[in-house]
Parts: sequence; C-alpha cells; structure tokens
Amino acid sequence: MTPADLELVSLTKRYGSTVAVDAVNHHFKAGTYACLLGPSGCGKSSTLRMVAGHENVSDGAVLLGGRDISHLSPARRGTAMMFQNYALFPHLSVRDNVAFSLKMAGVDKATRHGRAGEMLELVDMSAYANRLPAQLSGGQQQRVALARALITRPQILLLDEPLSALDPFLRVRMRAELKKLQRELGISFLHVTHGQDEALALADEIVVMNDARIEQAGSAREVFNAPRTEFVARFMGGHNVIALPEGHVALRTDAMQLIDPAQAKVEGVVTAIEYQGTHVALTARVAGDQDVTALMPDAAFFAAPQDIGQTVGLYWDPGAAHKLKT
Amino acid sequence: MLRSKDTILAWIQAAPLAVVLLGFLVAPIIMIVIVSFWGATEYSIYPDFQFDNYAFLLTSPVTYTVFFNTFKYALITWAFTLTIGFTVAYFLAFELRSLKWQIALFLICTIPFWTSNIIRMISWIPFLGRNGIANQTLISWGVIDEPLDWLLFSDFSVILAFVHLYTLFMVVPIFNSMMRIDRSLIEAARDSGATGFQTLWNVIIPLCKPGIMIGTIFVVTLVMGDFITVRFMSGSQRANVGRLISNDISLLQYPSASATAVVLLCTVLLVIAILLRFVDIRKEL
Repeated sequence: MTPADLELVSLTKRYGSTVAVDAVNHHFKAGTYACLLGPSGCGKSSTLRMVAGHENVSDGAVLLGGRDISHLSPARRGTAMMFQNYALFPHLSVRDNVAFSLKMAGVDKATRHGRAGEMLELVDMSAYANRLPAQLSGGQQQRVALARALITRPQILLLDEPLSALDPFLRVRMRAELKKLQRELGISFLHVTHGQDEALALADEIVVMNDARIEQAGSAREVFNAPRTEFVARFMGGHNVIALPEGHVALRTDAMQLIDPAQAKVEGVVTAIEYQGTHVALTARVAGDQDVTALMPDAAFFAAPQDIGQTVGLYWDPGAAHKLKT
Repeated sequence: MLRSKDTILAWIQAAPLAVVLLGFLVAPIIMIVIVSFWGATEYSIYPDFQFDNYAFLLTSPVTYTVFFNTFKYALITWAFTLTIGFTVAYFLAFELRSLKWQIALFLICTIPFWTSNIIRMISWIPFLGRNGIANQTLISWGVIDEPLDWLLFSDFSVILAFVHLYTLFMVVPIFNSMMRIDRSLIEAARDSGATGFQTLWNVIIPLCKPGIMIGTIFVVTLVMGDFITVRFMSGSQRANVGRLISNDISLLQYPSASATAVVLLCTVLLVIAILLRFVDIRKEL
C-alpha cells in the first residue's frame, strides 16, 4: 500500500452532448485526504468513477504514481472503491465479502480467510465475521465495505458519498474513524461529498466543483476562509456575499461586528434574529436589498441585545473582505 | 370485546378465498382420494375401500417405466428451459440499457402466448414431419440425404414442444430476480477484480436462485402434469403419467385414474418440497 500521486490531466466526460466533466486538471498529493465537494450534478461523482474505472474516460487521462491508468480495468489500477450504499454482496457472509477479491484472484481459502480476518480486525469487526450484511447496522456495513476495499492494498481509496446513508450522529462518528484510518494507513483517500461540513472536518485538501469544472482547490482552511468565487463562498456557507461599489466581496459572518451606525461601513435594519445556542445569528437588510448575517457569541449579543426593526451599523476589518472573481 | 370483534372481522375477510379454495381445490382432491379406493369393473364403478388400485399400480412395471419417462421429460426440459430462460433474462436485464427496450422485448417474448398451447404444438408438426420444412431444407442444403425420422413423433419433438411452451415460465421469474440486483454489486465485483464469468457465477447466479427456483417449480409441475403435449408430439407413441391417467379416464376406469393421480400428486409435492429445501423463495414474494 504505497501511496501515490493522483493526477487528472484535462479529464473529460461527455454523455452524448452534455459534458459532465469538462477538462479537469488537478494533482492530488500522495497520502492526503482529499474531498471532491460540490452540489449534485456538478461532475464530482463522474470524476471519481472515471478514476475508479467504472466510467470510460471521454478525453484526457488519469495518472496514478505517474502511470496512465485511464484504460485499465478497475482491479488493475491500484484503486479501490467504496460505494455509496456499500454494495455488500447480500448472499455472502462478512468474511466472504471482505475476502471476495482474493477469491477472484484464486487465493486459497485459508490464506484469504486469514487476510480477511486481519482486515476485519483493522475495522474492529472481527466479532461479526459470520454474519450476513442484512444483519448489520449501517455503520457496521460501512466498516465491512471499507475492509473489502482495503484488502486489495490500494494506493488510493475512492469513497463515493460514504456517509450519506447514515444518520447524523453516526455520520460524525464514522467520519472521525475514516480520518483516523487514513492517518494510520497513510494511503490517499479521495472522498466525494456534497456536505461542506464533512469536507471541512475531513479533508487535507478540498476541491470544490461546479458545473463540470473545478471552482477552487486548496486546504480546507484556505477554501473556507478565502473563497475565490461567489459560488464557493455561498456553497461553503458561513459567508455573506455583498455587492459593494468596489465589486463583490465575501465576508465571514463571524467577522461582522455591530457598531454605532454613524461609524459603520454599511447600515441596515434587523430582519431576523436566530438563537443558535453558542451563537446568535442576526440578519440585517442593507442597501440594495441585500441580506447580511452577523454571527456573534451569545454573550456578546445579550450584552447589547437588538430587536427586529432596529437600525444597526455593520463593520468589518478591511482584511476580512475577500474580493470575488465574477 | 374489541379483540373478539377483530377476530370475527379477520375470519370474514379470509372467508371468500377460503371458500373458493375449499370448493375448487380441497374438495376435488378429497374426492379423488376417496375415489382412488373405489372398485371398478369393465362397465361400472362402485364405492368401496380397497387397495387394489394402488396394488396394481405399484406392482406394474409399466408404472415405473412411465414415471421414469415423466421424470426424464421433466429433467431434460428443465435443463433446456433453464439455460435458454437464464440467457434470455440475462440479456433483457443486463445487456439492454433502456427500460423502453426491456419492456418491448419482454412483450415480444410473450407473443406466442396469444395463441393456445395446442395450436403452438401442432404448428410444429408440418415443420418437423418426414416431408416437413426442416427435412426439406436440410436435404436441399445437402446436409442429409434421407429425411430424419426422429424429428417428429419422438422424444425429441416432445421435449422441443415442452421447451417451446414453457421457457417463458423460466424467463419471467429469473428476469424479476435479476432486476432486483443492485447494479452497484456488479461494479463492486468488477472493482474486486472479478471477470465477467466470475461475476456471473459468484454474484448473479446466487442472487437469482429464488427466481430460478420459482421457474423450476413452474416447469417441473407443468411438464409432470402434462398429457396433451406428449400425446400430440409423440403421435401417441410415448407415455407419461398424465397419459396413463387420461387413458384410464377414457376407459371410464376412474378409480384407477384417481389412484394414479394421487401418486403423481404426491410425487410432485415431494419434488417441490425437496426443491424448497435448497432455496428460500419467500424473499421473492
């Protein structure tokens, strides 16, 4: 399981006349946890499936460790895929599911059961080796799917919305386990998701896709803190996109400060106040009918509470405003 | 109080079907069992309780030959309908991408059912006969010099007709099973390095087992209970259990026919019981 760099070279996917992935170029560094993030239909799943070999490449190439794998069969690429609904074989026990690829390769029973046992140990599922998938919970099924993918010793693990089938509590727990596993194994993970919180929590690198193209790529903090386009700012959440005379800017909602209207950069009328526990989100309507949200610690808000209909002034550090490409 | 009302309601709801089944399934079978113990002369039958019919049936060598023949037809027909049916279902379910084509071709499969069984059978006769289309074509191609005699009125023609009549009974349940297979399982198998054949053997066939079993039950019971196909396609030269019964009936030997029917029924039920031990078909219903 030596990690390897993954490179997409003007990778393109066309279905008839529609372009699902439009000449995407990107270099994923070996051993990183990368998230492909975007709304549904943005081309992230098609990209992943082309890397996995379950979708033909219309144009361009996929390189893994410098080797062109675009036209190899899925099993010979050094990739392994974990499917959205886990795709466990319902008629096989957990052990046989995990050992499936070894059976296909003609490995004898004792050896493959031994290896499957090690993998189940890794995902902490040894006690369930003889069960059928239908007898497992969602989280357990996911671990089995992970073990099945990892037994092929891939250089990169591809995960297609792995957490979307789980309930919110389990999702948070499983994502911590995914991250831990990636760190222990040291191989690359490429994880497709439409949840920006999931991407922020997991990814060393986030690649935001929209409309068949990459909008922005960078570390989680970079992408969240300094979105380059309006789409990224809105999709990542936690930002106001404001049209100012000098152009559109993105401003984190928690960088907004309430001050006396006289000294404010903009002033507005409070239209909504939302208590969120640790924070209070205050929405004000400013010039040009734009809604701007300010997120402040609840203590700060209740020290000087506001009411709907009041006029407030908004201020931000000049450094907090990120100009957006239009 | 409420509970007993619910119970009564449940009984009432179950009653219509129960009455139909009692009247048209259970009662006739009981009647057959009763008559199978009756006695018969050349010209009359009389109520009795005797085992003569069974004794005669079970000691006659003809019975064993005919039962063997019936099993032979069932087994060979099963093998062909399964192979053809599985292949057709596979093509419909996995090779065709669009639902429109799947439905269209599936309906085409059912076209033969627009005519009656008998007509479909009889239409083979001019095709397979001594001077039929098949022989003439083969002779004109120079494949054979003399017409083939075994094409018609033989085991070959009987089994051909069975396969023709009953393959669709295999296609439908297997196709149904296949359509329930999650396509990501096939991708997962490919991802694990399975070849097309390995995927078929390790994933698709095991998941189609309930459908195969339902189709098997259809075909086996239909073939084992048949008499008309064997009569027409063998030109009355071959026999199976159904023909034994129909001969008895035409000779007005109802008690003997009933005894044979009871033995056949038990045999078929036994076969189905054995089949059901292998696969749980309830998953499919």
